[in-house]
Order: sequence, then C-alpha cells, then structure tokens
Amino acid sequence: MTILSLVEPLLFTGLTILAVSLVAKRGKTIFNTIKLGRSENISGPKIERWKNVLLLAFGQRKMFRKPGVALLHLIVYAGFIIINVEIIEIILDGILGQHRLFAPILGSAYSLLINAFETLAVLVFLACSVFIIRRNLKSIARLQSTDLNGWPRKDAFIILGTELLLMSLFLVMNASDTLLQQRGHLAYSQHLTGNFWISSMLHPLFVSFTNETLVVLERTTWWLHILGIYAFLNYLPHSKHLHIILAFPSAYFAKLEPSGKMENMPAIQQEVIYAMQPELAPTDGHVNSPRFGARDVMDLSWKNLLDAYSCTECGRCSSACPANQTGKLLSPRKIMMATRDRLEEVGKVVASNSTWKEDGRSLLHDFITVEEINACTTCHACVQECPVSLSPLDIILQLRRNLVMEESNTPAEWATLFGNIENNFAPWKFNPEDREKWIQPT
Amino acid sequence: MNIPTLASCVAAGKSPEVLFWVGCAGSFDQRAQRISKAFAIILQKVGIDFAILGKEECCTGDPARRAGNEFLFQMMAYQNIQTLNGYGVKKIVTTCPHCFNTLKNEYPELGGNYEVIHHTVLLQQLIDQGKIKIKEGGTFKGKRIVYHDSCYLGRANGIYEAPRKVLELLDSELVEMKRCRSTGLCCGAGGAQMFKEEEKGNLRINKERTEEALATAAAVVVSACPFCNTMLTDGIKEAEKEDEVSVLDIAEIIEKEMIRE
Repeated sequence: MTILSLVEPLLFTGLTILAVSLVAKRGKTIFNTIKLGRSENISGPKIERWKNVLLLAFGQRKMFRKPGVALLHLIVYAGFIIINVEIIEIILDGILGQHRLFAPILGSAYSLLINAFETLAVLVFLACSVFIIRRNLKSIARLQSTDLNGWPRKDAFIILGTELLLMSLFLVMNASDTLLQQRGHLAYSQHLTGNFWISSMLHPLFVSFTNETLVVLERTTWWLHILGIYAFLNYLPHSKHLHIILAFPSAYFAKLEPSGKMENMPAIQQEVIYAMQPELAPTDGHVNSPRFGARDVMDLSWKNLLDAYSCTECGRCSSACPANQTGKLLSPRKIMMATRDRLEEVGKVVASNSTWKEDGRSLLHDFITVEEINACTTCHACVQECPVSLSPLDIILQLRRNLVMEESNTPAEWATLFGNIENNFAPWKFNPEDREKWIQPT
Repeated sequence: MNIPTLASCVAAGKSPEVLFWVGCAGSFDQRAQRISKAFAIILQKVGIDFAILGKEECCTGDPARRAGNEFLFQMMAYQNIQTLNGYGVKKIVTTCPHCFNTLKNEYPELGGNYEVIHHTVLLQQLIDQGKIKIKEGGTFKGKRIVYHDSCYLGRANGIYEAPRKVLELLDSELVEMKRCRSTGLCCGAGGAQMFKEEEKGNLRINKERTEEALATAAAVVVSACPFCNTMLTDGIKEAEKEDEVSVLDIAEIIEKEMIRE
C-alpha cells in the first residue's frame, strides 16, 4: 500500500485519539455542569417518554408545524447521520493505512451506498445554502432578532459553513479518487469502485490535472474532510449545535402532565399545613427551609439546565410569545440562552475550584432582568412552539418565585393583588360576603 | 334567580350532583356575572342538580401562584380543599379556564381530587346528549362569528374542539383568526397580568389580539374565559367598534339560542 506512508496511520491514530478524548472531556464537563441543578422527579410512564423521543426528537414532529423548513432540516439531519456511516470506513482506512477498506467486502453494494451518500451530500449542501440565505432574509424576524447579536449569529453561520465545506470535500475527494482509478494510477486502481453519480460530474474540473496533482488533491481533501469532522465534533458541544444530541434526553424527560400544571413546592405546602394545623408541626422546631424559587442556575432543576444546553436558538418560542411580539423586553429564547451563558460561567468556576465559589453574580438580575420575567403571561406558547418542548416558562416562574418570596420584589399592583386575595379571598377588594350577590336580581 | 349553596343543601339533607365553581371574576366582575347567570340558567333549564359554594368559595390562588407567591397559593388551596373535601364534592364545573386548570391539575397533589370540567365541554356533552337543543334561525344565523382560544383551555389543557363544536350548531359562519388553536395568541391577561399594567412595549397584547379578531370581520367574538372576555371587550372599545362587534361568552350564546320547554 503506497497511498499512505507509515507515518500517516500513526499521525491519524494520534489525532483520532486526541479528538475523541477532547470531546469526551467536554461531554463530561457538560454532564457535571447539568448535575449542578437541583433534583427533580420525572414522573410518568416510560413508554410515553420513548414516544416523545421517537416523535419529537427523532421524527421532528413539531418541526413540521412549519413544513417547508422542517423538510430542509430533516434532510440536513438525516444526511448528517447517514453520511456518518461512511466515516466509519474513513476512520478505519486512516488507522489501518488502507484505502476504501469496505469496497472489496461490499462489492457492488459499496457503489450503491456511496452513491446514496453523495446524493445526500448534495441535498445537505443545497439545504444548508437555503438556510444561509434564510438567515440573511429581513422577513424572518426570529432570525434577525437582537437576541442573536454577536456570537450566536456567528455560531449559526459557522455550523452551516462547515457543513457546506465538509460536503464539498467529500465530493472532491471521491471525484479525484475515481479519476485516478480510471487512469489506473498506483494503488487507486486496486479497488475499482467505478464512478459515483455526483462526484463524476466534477471530473471535467480535474481532468486536466496530472496524476501527481490529483493524488495531492485526493490526499488533501481526505485529510481535510476527516480533520474537519474531528474539529466539528469538538466545536459542537460549545455551540447551539449540541441540540443534535441533547434534543433526545430533553424529549425523553419532557413533561407529560398537562402543560398548565405548575411544579408544586412541597416545602411551602408543608409550612402552610403546619401554620393551619400547628399540632402537625415538628416539635423540635426544625423546619427545612430551602431556597424559594430560583435565583441562580443551581436553584433550577437539572432538567431546566439540560434544556438550556439543548436549545438551538431557533426562536420559534419568541416569535409566538405575546410579550415579545408586542415589543416587551421578554424573549423566551433569551431566557434559555441566558441560562446557558450563566451555567457555562458557573461550570467554569466549579471546574477550576472543584467546588462552587460565590462570584457575586446570579442568573436573576445579572443575566435576566425583573422587567423581562414580569412581562410573561404564562400563555404556554413558548413551550408549545419549541420543537422539543423545552420550557422557558418553567424557568421564568421559578425566578418569579424567588423575586416575590425572597426579595419581596413585586410590582405594586401585584402586592395589592396579594393583599386582596389574602384578606378578601379574591383578587379585587370586594367584600367576601357579597360573593353570591350576582344571583340576586339587579 | 335561586341557586342553592352547598351549605344550604347539606342542611336540607341533599347532596347536589355538581358544584358550579363560579370563580372570582364570575362572582364579582359585573360583566362576568352575566356569564355566570347565563350558565346557571342553562344548568337549571337542563335540570342539572347543582349548587354553588357562595361565601365559602375563595380564589383558587392561580394569580398568586403565577405571580410567584407560592405561600398565598398554598393557603388558598388549603382552604378550598378543606371546604370541598368537607362537603365531599365529586364533580366541579367552572366557567373560568384558570380556575379549571388549578382545580383539575394542581389541587390533586395537595389532596383535592375531583372530576373537574370546563363549561364549554359540559355544554358540548349536553348538546351531544340531546339535552340542549338549539333554535333554528336564531339570532346568530348567518352571522360571522370567531372563537378566541383561551390559553389555559387550549395549550394548557388541550381543549380546542369542544367550544367549536358547540358554535358549529348555530348556523353561523364560524371563522378562525390567523393564530388559532395551539397557535392562538394570548389576550394578555394570563400569569396575573390582568392585575397589573403591562411592561414597557410598543403595543398592548389585547390590542394586537383584537386587531386580529377584527380582521376576520366577525360580528361576534366568542370567548370561553372571563378574563379573555374583558381584554377583548376593552380592545374593541378602544378600536371604537363596540357598536358593530360584540364579545360574548359561549354560555351567553347558548343560553340565548337554546330551545326552552
């Protein structure tokens, strides 16, 4: 085998180990960071949860509320997964110093597979091109929103650009390879695969190249393609693209109860019972008083934190949010992004000190303002629109609980509302004795 | 009208089949009182054995909970559950989607387990059972009407079809707003917003929703929630369309259109 020298397999194996261990390290960090959240019992039948994984994450059912984009998204996703099968061969080739290892094993099926991969590659290329154009269209407000200013917008273009590049490299690699096969050049002629549907269309571009130049082209694209994949693999867990993995656990752990049900606070329930029935209160005076609601990311549940990492910043939530659509500061997407930003910050502190050290900052106030959370009408449109049913609403409500119960920070009208409910048992200051007056003729 | 309270029923040795949970809006808000009345009249006409709690009813705690005051919510829930369990209440019907959601979804884990039904669903059941019959050629015949989805009925509890099925019987032209069913736009009142000014923005939510309703050119905007009703009524007044467009609860419409024997 002369295509790969002895050095190449060694170098490749080393780089593979490096890429995989780096991504594993990052994966472990994310896992540990998510575990910083408080515990939350996930209830409901497993069969329903797997159904959600199948329908929401794998089947992307809610994406199809917008059928056109959903189809493009499905192409990119399916393409991404299926073309990865080819990567198994590329990696084995690299480690073993082989070339098209599977070709002799699979025979004619091999060409069929590569043809399918190439077709997908073109579809992915086209879909990503449409996505890049769409991201520049003024008419799609959620993609133009100031939520995405700076890194998030760049992130999206890096992802799309990388996919274009990887697909192009794959096709050029195949084109130069099959051209060398035709010419019977060196080892390339040992595994004749015949031309492939798409890459053969590129032959006219390279037909004037000498054999030596073509070998350089083939080797370069081969290396760039696989190194690009390794780089992308390591980029992914730092980016919104992480959703391709975390959408699955997020869908699995998504709430199964009616969306209208708010999470109970057993500690407060208990305290109210003790106040009403003092005979039930513990005699040693010891009452567990946890933090009320959430001030920082550690006060949120691990599911909220998982959701923050799963969010791909598509903005369907914000474009359905009544507050956001009428110009309020609240953007449910920004709630998820702020939670992730703060979580990353906290995760870094924990990683470098091996424990949490107060840094004088918090999710509430430093990342999410009171004005934002007070604008929410709890209409559930954000949860409804999210393709994997992440819940910005759940985070908003926990922040509100903290604001009210720990900071006594509530709009004056709500303070009046609370007073009325407490004293008059209704949100307005009516005499409770008049509650059945509506029955009497006016 | 004469509606017994549970207390008086118990004193008379009776136990009504259904409790009509009137809610704070239905009890105190003048506009919503008309909805309560209309619904109570329907129940009486159909011959449903029901009562109300009267003075013993308290706010479910929904706005307090959603504004962040869990203590107050738990206090209200405790009190209501004590009352309801004390009377051995089994079935509750309510005209308010917020009360409905809290009673149905949030009270069970606090010890309050009841069969809770929203009035739109009950109305549909009564129509299906033939207990409510709609007049032919009624007031709404040929009129264009549009239904506004309440968030706590729709997205929060998945009830989209029952109110529409009821309205389909009116011989009217039932149209939809651009955003309807699961994409329906909030009226702006949920999450305790009803009780405070909106945060800074460029438009009030109820105005945005009202404009969408007006764009359908419907003569009647139908609500199934007293708060949506208020928000949309305000929006229509602000648009100076109150002479052409009315906002009615589904119960008010059925009360007007049902055949009385």
